[in-house]
Amino acid sequence: MEPKIAVQVDDLTVAYNYKPVLWDIDLEIPEGVLMAIVGPNGAGKSTLIKSILGILKPIAGSVSIYGKPYAKQRELVAYVPQKGSVDWDFPTTALDVVMMGTYGSLGWIKRPGQKEKKAALEALEKVGMLPFKNRQISQLSGGQQQRVFLARALVQNAAIYFMDEPFQGVDATTEIAIINILKELRKANKTVIVVHHDLQTVPEYFDWVTFLNVKKIATGPVKDIFNDDNLTKTYGINYKVSIQE
Amino acid sequence: MDLAEYIQLVFTDYTLRTITLGTAILGAVTGMLGSFAVLRKQSLLGDAISHAALPGIAIAFLITGIKDSNVLLLGALISGLVGTFWIRGIMNKTHLKSDTALGLILSLFFGFGMLLLTFIQKQPNANQAGLDKYLFGQAATLVESDVWMMTLVTGSCLFVLLLFWKEFKILLFDADYTKTLGFNTKFIDVLITTFIVLAIVLGLQTVGVVLMSAMLLAPAAAARQWTNSLGYMVIIASVFGALSGVVGTAISASQNNLSTGPVIVIVAGVFVLISFVFSPSRGLLFKQIRLLKNRRDLKLHKTLSFMYNIARTHDDISHPHAIKILNNFQGYTTGTLQKLVRKNYVRLEAGQWSLTLEGFKAASNLYNQQDHKDE
Repeated sequence: MEPKIAVQVDDLTVAYNYKPVLWDIDLEIPEGVLMAIVGPNGAGKSTLIKSILGILKPIAGSVSIYGKPYAKQRELVAYVPQKGSVDWDFPTTALDVVMMGTYGSLGWIKRPGQKEKKAALEALEKVGMLPFKNRQISQLSGGQQQRVFLARALVQNAAIYFMDEPFQGVDATTEIAIINILKELRKANKTVIVVHHDLQTVPEYFDWVTFLNVKKIATGPVKDIFNDDNLTKTYGINYKVSIQE
Repeated sequence: MDLAEYIQLVFTDYTLRTITLGTAILGAVTGMLGSFAVLRKQSLLGDAISHAALPGIAIAFLITGIKDSNVLLLGALISGLVGTFWIRGIMNKTHLKSDTALGLILSLFFGFGMLLLTFIQKQPNANQAGLDKYLFGQAATLVESDVWMMTLVTGSCLFVLLLFWKEFKILLFDADYTKTLGFNTKFIDVLITTFIVLAIVLGLQTVGVVLMSAMLLAPAAAARQWTNSLGYMVIIASVFGALSGVVGTAISASQNNLSTGPVIVIVAGVFVLISFVFSPSRGLLFKQIRLLKNRRDLKLHKTLSFMYNIARTHDDISHPHAIKILNNFQGYTTGTLQKLVRKNYVRLEAGQWSLTLEGFKAASNLYNQQDHKDE
């Protein structure tokens, strides 16, 4: 049986000013994959995620989540933004940030209660941050902040997770903790899409990969398409990585 | 006039009571909303809005020909809002950064407002005098209806704040994420901004165009120093704001010829200063004290562990040493050693320093801890 398509992108074109950042992207992401989006700086990796999530408005193209427009499928999608995109000196605690993950299902005005708190505590536990739940977020290390962000997405209990560079600026312990959680998500047949920078770890961490440089270069299983040819096409220089079997 | 007399006067004298209440409510509402402006890094927005309100006051007077404060403030509100949305427009539609957009609108609107004011002053209308009081504010012109107006706005602001608390908080912290959850961020944003404009316009009569932004920022900046919770920050900021109003009014009322607006702003500034220095967790003073204490502790640890290392090479752990030997190595001071003596870790006998059994144990504990941490 063919796997279901979790995310489908058709003819997506995005431009900030005159120059397109993304050009005519077609993308089908099957359900249950752990996918890396790789490409050089300015390739439009974050832009792709943000356009799929409706944060940025594309010039053309459409996105569907399990066959329906994103606006109708919000509860199926969770987002982990880049850690640097928020001010960590904001007066709030780790638990409070994770609780924000429940706001979407609560909707307008309704406040989080015991049920939401319990879910948030469980998510903190999963990322190993329970002892820090009452910590002011500025007093967390970079890795801990990233874990809090991850916990906030886990609380949403979504089917599809979009993550923007979750491994950026984190220590080795956190990197292992995060990748274990991602693999667990995949085991539960969730789809995880990660903007990723470290090409060396792609074969180890992911089973699916998309090469992106304004245009889509290639997308498919890591074992089939993660090769020097695609890397060279994406990064422009003669790129060689040794792929461990 | 002593304090008790003044307090009695606040409750009995109509004018003083009105002004005190008015400035207190104004301080509370601007402190409350200022917290949001500060956390959104839109500190300058308040300044731009208050300056942008000036032409509205002048135009409202030119159209109606009367000096009713409600009419003038309605004009201020409209031109304040126009200015605010132009700022957003400039930021969205051009490459200009927010500071440029703010500065541009601020000076253009203020310049236009000043132009209109001078034009009005040249007109043969006896009613014209006193419009320029909106530049620096004049609390003495507050009447009961103004206070009711402030109460109404503050009440509705509080209501909206409590209603949309969750939405405000998440938007302030992470706007993109808020969008992905399905909230209409534009609506929340416009709601906050509108209330900020309202609060500023309310304050123009009392504090004036030029100083109004301080009312928005100072209480919030001070409050941030005392808490790590958004809720408490908003509460503390309103309390600071209200106190600035009350104390500022008291000072200006008890001294001759002191304008109320500037005094209120200075009092708010004093709150900021005190908060920056004396806040336990973020204040400069305690930060410095913690730093010094840490350094001193480290110095003691270092000295102790150095003596411990020497002692380990001797059979007798309390083998005495002259300070010269210690000095020759790392330049340990007599002061540090004396502190260790006070802790009973080190003994001084006939000019010779030696480690006590207690000191030896403490040092070896220190070592074990250190090793443990390294693992």
